[in-house]
Order: sequence, then C-alpha cells, then structure tokens
Amino acid sequence: MSGTKLEIAEANRRHYEELRAAGQGATLKALPKPTALDGAPVAPEAVIGREAVPPGWYAVVRLRRGEVLRIVDDSGTSSVALIGWRAEDMSERINCADTVKVQWSAALSKGRVILTDMGRVLLALIEDTGGAHDLLMGGSTAASSAAAYGAATRNTQDNFLAAAGKVGLGPRDIPPCVTFFAPVSVDANGRFVWNGERKRAGDFVELRAEMNLVLAVSNCPHPLDPARPAANGAITIVRQRMRPVPPGDPCRTASPEAARAFAFTDRLYA
Amino acid sequence: MTNLMSAAPARSLPEAVYAHDVPAERPWSRMLRHGQTLRIIDSEGQQAVDALLYCAADTAERYSAQDTARVQGSPYVGLGTELVSNEGRVMARITADSCGLHDTSAGCCSCESNAVRFGEATRFQHACRENFILELSKHGMTKRDIVSNLNFFMNVPIDPAGNFTVVDGISAPGNYVDITADMDVIFVISNCPQVNNPCNGFNPTPIRVEIFDPPVA
Repeated sequence: MSGTKLEIAEANRRHYEELRAAGQGATLKALPKPTALDGAPVAPEAVIGREAVPPGWYAVVRLRRGEVLRIVDDSGTSSVALIGWRAEDMSERINCADTVKVQWSAALSKGRVILTDMGRVLLALIEDTGGAHDLLMGGSTAASSAAAYGAATRNTQDNFLAAAGKVGLGPRDIPPCVTFFAPVSVDANGRFVWNGERKRAGDFVELRAEMNLVLAVSNCPHPLDPARPAANGAITIVRQRMRPVPPGDPCRTASPEAARAFAFTDRLYA
Repeated sequence: MTNLMSAAPARSLPEAVYAHDVPAERPWSRMLRHGQTLRIIDSEGQQAVDALLYCAADTAERYSAQDTARVQGSPYVGLGTELVSNEGRVMARITADSCGLHDTSAGCCSCESNAVRFGEATRFQHACRENFILELSKHGMTKRDIVSNLNFFMNVPIDPAGNFTVVDGISAPGNYVDITADMDVIFVISNCPQVNNPCNGFNPTPIRVEIFDPPVA
C-alpha cells in the first residue's frame, strides 16, 4: 500500500470505529423499555380492520404510510413470519441483512426499525412486549416441517409463495424474512438457540408503516420451535389508522443510522 | 465458533480447467458444472468475496442464506457447509477451507445502505450490489434476483446478545475456499469494493478463481 492509500485506509478505520462505538452503545440512545402486556391499548376508533389468522395460514396486508399493524400472539405459542414490498415499486423489499448490519444488532426490539434494500425504513417497531424475534434463521419449509413433525405441513415458504402470487409476484420476489415471537439467539459456539421462556400469551408488536406497503404475514411454527405436536394458536392482526408521530419518536431518533434511513424515506414521499 | 475454526489442511487438486484473477472491486460469473470445484483464493489476504448461486436450469431457484443457516443450525459458513437453495436442495458444498470463517448473514454492500451506515458522502462509492446488478444482467436477471449472499473471508461474529459486527478478516494471503457443485449452477461473485469497514482491510485487493473437474472415477 502506498503512503496515501495507507493514510486513507487508516482514516476509514478511524471513522468505522467511531460509528461502531456509537452504534453499539457509547452514544446509542437507550432503547425504550418493552411495552407491558396490558400496555398501549388499541383505541376502538383507530381500528380499520381486525382479523384472526388460523395456525398454518397467512394474510396479505396492505398498509398506507403512517398506518399501524398490531400482531398479537394470543396463545403465546405462535411465531409470525413477515416479508413486505413497497407498493409503488415492488422491487424494493424487506432486507434483513441490512436491518441487522445497519443497527449493529440481530436483536430486534422496541425502538428498532426494519429496512428495505434501498436504505429506507419499511417498518418501525413502535411497540413490542417481548423483544425476542428472529432475523437470521427464517421460516419453515415443507422439508423442515416434514423433518420436525414426520409429515409435511402447511409452512411459511409455501405461504409466502401463495401470498406473493396473489399480488402479482413470484418466487424471485421472496427475500429472507423476519419472524416475530421467535426467540432465537446464537450461542458462544455459533449454534442457534431457542429461548422458549421468553414467550408469553398475549405478546404483541406494533409496526408503523413508513411507506405504502404490501405485507405477507405467515402464522407457522418457527423451525426451531421444539413444541410437539406443532404449536397451533391463532394470531390476531389489527390494522389501525395513522396516528401522529410524537416528537422525539424513539425509532426516528435511536441512532444516526436510523435517522438517516428515515430522512431518505421522507425524501421519497416529500 | 471453535468448531468452525478448524481449517482443512491444504489439498492438491488436478490442474485447473479455468483460472482467472478477478481485479479488486470487480464482478465475475461462470457456470460451475455438477461435480466441478470452484476454488476462491484470497490472493493478498483480508478480502471479502460476496457470492450468489443460481440453478442453471431455472434461476428462480437460488442460494438461500436462511435455509442454509437453518439446515446446519448455525449462521456461520465453513468446511462441510451445504449451500441450500430456496427450494431446499443442496446446490453446492464447502469441500476445503484454509481460512475457517465465512459469513452469510450480513448481505452485500450497496450505495443505499452505505449512505445509511456511513453517511451521505459514501453514496457515490462503488458497491457489491452495483457489481451484482451488472453481472446478473448477463444472465437475464435483475435486482429482484439478488438475495442475501455468502461473504467468503468475511468475519462477522454474532454474540449471544445479538451484537453483530464486521471485524478484521482473519484470512491470510493465499487462503482459499473450495466449493463443489451438486448441480449446474451460475456462480456470481463481487470482489467487494467496500472501504468503510474492515471486511477488506480498508483496501480492496484482487482475488483468484480456479475451476477443477471432478476426479476421474
């Protein structure tokens, strides 16, 4: 490396270490505490629609920018896999890798965001009782359910294919998914671990749409869920009207990275 | 991660049927036939190599990072890892690895994610997704076809609390990884141009690719 190249490399390294320190705690704004199980009641007048999704099934949900989707694990046994696309240009879609990388964390919780592949915010996680979700391992497939239960069952991969097909999309449009209420972590040996004690009946998340969206939501057991027979609780999804974003909104101000992702998203709709 | 750190000893293969030095920051792609082995050599060390695989017979079937992680119960890629498609089939497997640490959770860099991560000033820097879009266009594919990829020689520890950090690569000059195909695949590489994090030692360098035929039975 020439002297100049070395100097540039060293400057880039210093910048990276500053960003890392900020992103992993030194100046990261404290994330909000989890929502209480009986917290954040839904105002009846805010509800646009409410539906139950039976075990094994899926729903396609359209949200306008600013609307809020609550997903409730009523029984405390379900996991809910989700993918989504921007309504105006469905080549823009959820990107779990960027979501993890940009926030320096694979642990999604209240105050975090889910990003698209275009450096914009898909969903803001504005309420979350459990803070135990999976961005790394993904949903069930016919093969994974056959291995787990001895017979192929309804599964998230097939649900996503069916949901995509109903909005004019196909297998090329299905990216890696996030799974809510799937308490997965990676242990010191690099193995995935299921932390089942972190699941409770009534756990919910509230997701604020930061763009006009089409979402596919699948209620199938996570492949790491050890329950036999398979979990079979219904989930409830509640679509709610746009509400004012409070000043100092935790998701918008959690980190410089999040603030930039919101700025780029706002620019799209300015 | 100790179980994945045990790198295989060097192994000798018959003469390569194809070899190419991929310049720093550039893409590359080629058909890898069933049974052939692709060796990716980190010529100068600490160079991340982003990679995607597509089934040659039907490119809607492609590498799936989450399926690969699920099948092996771990997010890290190393010797013996089966590279699994979105249809659950093994596309290829890691048959030698003199480095020992590879990622498949961090995705590729893009102009757009760089701007979010490192600031607006980095938006107009070359990125892996630019490489992937251009290289995939040769095979009739578009941005829609880009999924979460492999990152060979990229060191991304994930701790039990979920902290996720791209740290200095451990690959030394000449370290290599061998990928043997279980079906005909289009193998696509972006020799990563990122200068804002340690994945390339802040200095992107060339890599070498070599293809070997299966041993004659």
